[in-house]
Amino acid sequence: MTSSRPGPVILIVATAVALFLLMPLIAVVPVSFTPARFLSMPSDTLSLRHYQALLDNPAWGQSILLSLRIGVLSSAIATVLATMFGLGIWMFQPRFSALLIGFVLLPLVVPPVVSAMTLYFLMTTLSGFNNWIGYDTWLGVALAHAVMITPFAVVLILVALFQVDRRIDLAARGLGANLATRAFKIIIPNIKFGIATAALLSFVLSWEEIGVTLFITSVNAITLPRLMWMGLRDNIDPAIAAISVLLIAITALILAFRIYIDRRRTTDPQ
Amino acid sequence: MQSATSRKLLLLAPLLLFLGLAYVVPFLGVVRWSFTMPEVGLGQYRALLTDPLVQSVFTRTLRICLIVTAAVLVTAYAIAYVWVRGSSVQRMLAEFCILVPFWISVLTRAFGWLAMLSNRGLINTWLQSAGIISEPLALARNELGVIIGMTHFLIPFAVFPIASAMRSIDERVLLAARGMGASRTRTFWTVFVPLTYGGLAGAALIVFVFALGFFVTPAILGGGRSVMVAELVYLRIFQSPDWGLGSAISVVLVLFIGILLALMRRFIKPAHLVG
Repeated sequence: MTSSRPGPVILIVATAVALFLLMPLIAVVPVSFTPARFLSMPSDTLSLRHYQALLDNPAWGQSILLSLRIGVLSSAIATVLATMFGLGIWMFQPRFSALLIGFVLLPLVVPPVVSAMTLYFLMTTLSGFNNWIGYDTWLGVALAHAVMITPFAVVLILVALFQVDRRIDLAARGLGANLATRAFKIIIPNIKFGIATAALLSFVLSWEEIGVTLFITSVNAITLPRLMWMGLRDNIDPAIAAISVLLIAITALILAFRIYIDRRRTTDPQ
Repeated sequence: MQSATSRKLLLLAPLLLFLGLAYVVPFLGVVRWSFTMPEVGLGQYRALLTDPLVQSVFTRTLRICLIVTAAVLVTAYAIAYVWVRGSSVQRMLAEFCILVPFWISVLTRAFGWLAMLSNRGLINTWLQSAGIISEPLALARNELGVIIGMTHFLIPFAVFPIASAMRSIDERVLLAARGMGASRTRTFWTVFVPLTYGGLAGAALIVFVFALGFFVTPAILGGGRSVMVAELVYLRIFQSPDWGLGSAISVVLVLFIGILLALMRRFIKPAHLVG
């Protein structure tokens, strides 16, 4: 490796890129402490008023709870469906596997705005039949998010499955284990980390989903990104800076946790 | 005893049914809208070809996508190189700078760029207090802001395929080039870079496809002044209820991307799309 360590030119460019990547995340911190009512840099005094506003205005708390509820439900649906599908592909290796996987990944490659349009059609149609799942309902949003995040869960679970040694499954089969025993006692324990990662990523993706949510909600199902969006379009509310700082901090913590688990898993002699 | 087929279906069918009913069937509904709203016929597709507003939005989208793709490839290549071949500290720092933005929502990142670029943002405040400029520079709420924000969003998506191509390079090839007297620079440009063309092509495709359907960043950083195709769909549905044109644009986008993907099928590895 020593033959081609990065030279000075590429290091300078890469440093500039690294700064570029972090810059906007850092810029929100000073803005969140501005005493002014509009997006600005604080000049001489710092203020916590925008953090206070997050607590005072019940809309923020409500939207956070709604986003949590939607995230948990849609992540559960996506993880269960993706795990079953992954097991099916791995255990039976059906003909046309590539085609089936390609089909399941559709919502990932289709432009988000087309997915949004499609789910808008679905929700307005469903609203014609019932009041529970449809346009501007929380169950509708959870369903739509499940559609959008399942491909990611499928990818992560397939990646985990392809690292499993097939012989342990063959051994279980040879010893007479039935399908359920093989799935629950042999394969799932071996990919539990992949399943957990899929569930976490699914939750995060639902938690921050805005493109589709914008199309299928109006006044009732206001998720957190939707509420932020409303404060971002015209006169920018610095409370967005305060909530952004909190979100960045939480993301950094979750990421640090993930890296920690990763480390422990790779150093753990099993 | 169940037959093998029925057990296979038991596992595979739920997701296939779910996506079939909640995604494919509604998409067919959108296709139908494009031919029936407001009246039956090809009117919306004719409008796509003739309406000067739609035409200018398509041209702008294509232009922004090409600029963004080029900018992303260059920047992603540099940081991917350090991530793959740097010292262990350099590698950790690069990984941190790639993954943290990747996990933060598109809204937060667009807002971060507003905080950076807007008239009272970080850059203009600093430049003004340092006396370098008297009037704030127009950095956001225009096409420049959109390009900066989109480039920032898409860099991690390009880093993954590029880094994976870099990792699979056989070290001995580089050593051979050096051994035969090529300088470091020459080895980089004539041996290393060509070996990563596959990763670069995959990255270019991913970035271009994502950029084409981009919606949130242009809407926030463009400030309504540099509307891209995806935002046009949104505006047509919610501001001037015109479901037909929005649907027709969706259908055209899907066809376009389908053709693009078919042409470049062998470069796509879905595993690279998630961190």
